[in-house]
Amino acid sequence: MDLTSINPVLLVASLMVAATPILLAAIGELVVEKAGVLNLGVEGMMIIGAVSGFAIAVETGSPLLGFIAAAVGGALLSLLFVFLTQVALANQVASGLALTLFGLGFSALIGQSYVGIRPPATGQLNIPFLSELDVVGPILFSHDLVLYLSIAIVAAVWYMLKFTRAGLILRAVGENHDAAHALGYKVVRIRIMAIMFGGACAGLGGAYISLVRVPQWTEGMTAGIGWIALALVVFASWKPWRVLLGAYLFGGVTVVQLNLQAAGVAIPVEYLAMSPYLITIIVLVILSKDKSSAPASLGRIFHASH
Amino acid sequence: MTTPLLSLQGLTKAYPGVIANNNVSFDIGEGEVHALLGENGAGKSTLVKMIYGLVKPDSGQMLLKGEVFAPVEPRAARADGIAMVFQHFSLFDALNVAENIALGMEDPPDMRDLAAKIREVSENYGLPLDPYRTVGDLSAGERQRVEIIRCLLQDPKLLIMDEPTSVLTPQEVDILFETLLKLRSEGTSILYISHKLEEIRTLCDHATVLRLGENVGECTPADTTASEMAELMVGSELKTPERAAREMGEVALDISGLSVPSPSEFGTALRNVHLTVRKGEILGVGGVAGNGQDELLGVLSGETLTEADAVKMDGQPIGRLGPTERRRLGLLTAPEERLGHAAAPDMSLTENAMLTGSVREGLESRGFLKWGEAAAFAERIIEVFDVRTPGPENAARSLSGGNLQKFVVGREVLQRPEVLVINQPTWGVDASAASSIRQAILDLATGGAAVICISQDLDELMEISDSFAALNEGRLSAPRDASGLTVEEIGLMMGGAHGMEVAHV
Repeated sequence: MDLTSINPVLLVASLMVAATPILLAAIGELVVEKAGVLNLGVEGMMIIGAVSGFAIAVETGSPLLGFIAAAVGGALLSLLFVFLTQVALANQVASGLALTLFGLGFSALIGQSYVGIRPPATGQLNIPFLSELDVVGPILFSHDLVLYLSIAIVAAVWYMLKFTRAGLILRAVGENHDAAHALGYKVVRIRIMAIMFGGACAGLGGAYISLVRVPQWTEGMTAGIGWIALALVVFASWKPWRVLLGAYLFGGVTVVQLNLQAAGVAIPVEYLAMSPYLITIIVLVILSKDKSSAPASLGRIFHASH
Repeated sequence: MTTPLLSLQGLTKAYPGVIANNNVSFDIGEGEVHALLGENGAGKSTLVKMIYGLVKPDSGQMLLKGEVFAPVEPRAARADGIAMVFQHFSLFDALNVAENIALGMEDPPDMRDLAAKIREVSENYGLPLDPYRTVGDLSAGERQRVEIIRCLLQDPKLLIMDEPTSVLTPQEVDILFETLLKLRSEGTSILYISHKLEEIRTLCDHATVLRLGENVGECTPADTTASEMAELMVGSELKTPERAAREMGEVALDISGLSVPSPSEFGTALRNVHLTVRKGEILGVGGVAGNGQDELLGVLSGETLTEADAVKMDGQPIGRLGPTERRRLGLLTAPEERLGHAAAPDMSLTENAMLTGSVREGLESRGFLKWGEAAAFAERIIEVFDVRTPGPENAARSLSGGNLQKFVVGREVLQRPEVLVINQPTWGVDASAASSIRQAILDLATGGAAVICISQDLDELMEISDSFAALNEGRLSAPRDASGLTVEEIGLMMGGAHGMEVAHV
């Protein structure tokens, strides 16, 4: 075993890449849940984003258009969830599961002709002097734009929820939709917008896997990342920066354990493979001891009765 | 004649199968406290929702200061100076006071300015509030203050209050009335919805009575007796429950020195509770909601287990017995929360009758259920307690609150309890049904059962109970003879002045 083969700078740089899909999906779901909706279809929206982003990027040769298509694809699929839960008032858990199953199947169908192709490479930031810096350069200044965008979204969500009126209204809707309705807020409209935002974020996260992290298309390639994102939102107590922390922790342990496997550490591979899940959950459980609870209307069906 | 502030003209609103309001007209003058009276289902809420822009009338119109007023949404109503304090508080528990108030405003100022303004207005009106406290931690009275301040910050011309005093102690009611009178003196009109007639008589200038969606009469409350108003509301003479003279037997239920933590996170722990009820006695337990009522009920019903000796029935320790064993012994309970605790909302009335009646009514044998007999039992409850429903196969959820209340109370009463524990027996029930439920409780006691009645309705407790005790922060005051207690004394018992008995004796 040779631990010296692990380069800490590259490790940090690659953990950020590994964490970005989860981060995007989770921050989107955080907004959805803050609005009082439990969308378990994250995995489905991610994989639809992965395949539509991949397909458009390949067809047009532009990763940027691919990412846009991924966000649109995820948001479109979330409209199905909107129809089921906000219009037909169906159960949110069942609808979310259906969304995941549908997304997995549908993406496999669309993706058949894209197996084994390489997508166009996503450009990376290259700022003359800064990107060449020793440690800071690879970590902070030489990623692709979507990675920076993901951090910007976290900051924007945090700012919006904490300091703006729109954020206050969103939280109010998730906290007590009957009261919000009585005050004259459009509960369903606000929720639809939140769900579509969540879908777009999940789609971006999916495309990040198929265009940047893995760069290829295979069936079911999201491999449960969407479920991790869902768990992350809960364990992060619905706080944006904790979602970032949890995602990077998960990405970090994933990268470390891959490096350890490569270095031939004498720990069975199965233990290494489960470590990201275990460590992330343990850390976030400890952090979430402060009892900040779920939005009170989470998962409840809203019906304006009057 | 001056133009009234708000004039309702022939408002009609129909829902499928029911006309909520039929051609209702009345005027609210400037600076007038106008009472809107009526039983449950009389159409008060629908009417108010139309004024507040939540519901559009089918026909008829409203004039605000002589001009046509047709709010399309609450926002428009608020912009025209209509503010409303809801019956079920429309507050957000996880947000703080200032955030809650900001949500109810069209154009809220910066949080810091808003907080300063909340402090100022709340102290001006004698309702002090800390803008940064989380609403979930406030008492019911304080939550209502939040709602009132939210309205006052918009300088309303008309303040609508829907059953504002149902959650307050008598002292808090006094404070509220002072605030309302101060508002009136400043020229604000108030539309005050209540079915507490004495309150209306002390506070209101004018009253409109609704029955079955129609305006059946107006009166000046100060010149009208409570029973006259009640008759207008009900449409017939109201029977007050009769108390037969009865003998107190030996002690039926005894709790001594009981302290238990609350099973729920935000609940109140019971602290050193002593309580005895004798056969034929009705013990009234008063207190503001959230002071340990649910926990006390849990301890009595067997949902919360205690040390065996802490709860005794007929001298036998029952602290370790669960609800079913206690039912077998004759200790029955009817909890407050109708949907979800007293009844399973999506199950039929027959199934709900089975759920608590199986033991005492012999509705099961060797694990098999006798549905025929359960249905007959449900039918009997429906008939005896005048539950308005097409039949026992309907889901509990489909009944109106008052009807379901009659069902859950009737279900326990008809099982011939030795000891009946009942929480909020007439919550949300209209006057005539409430009086028949109270009569049933009194009859039960006359028949020799011991009854513990937990309620927030002091008039009710005074009407039926023999002795009275108050819960305050999980402590139960020493019980006192109910006859001769004044409202002031009760208020002090509820507010926690535990030394009062000592001072009197």
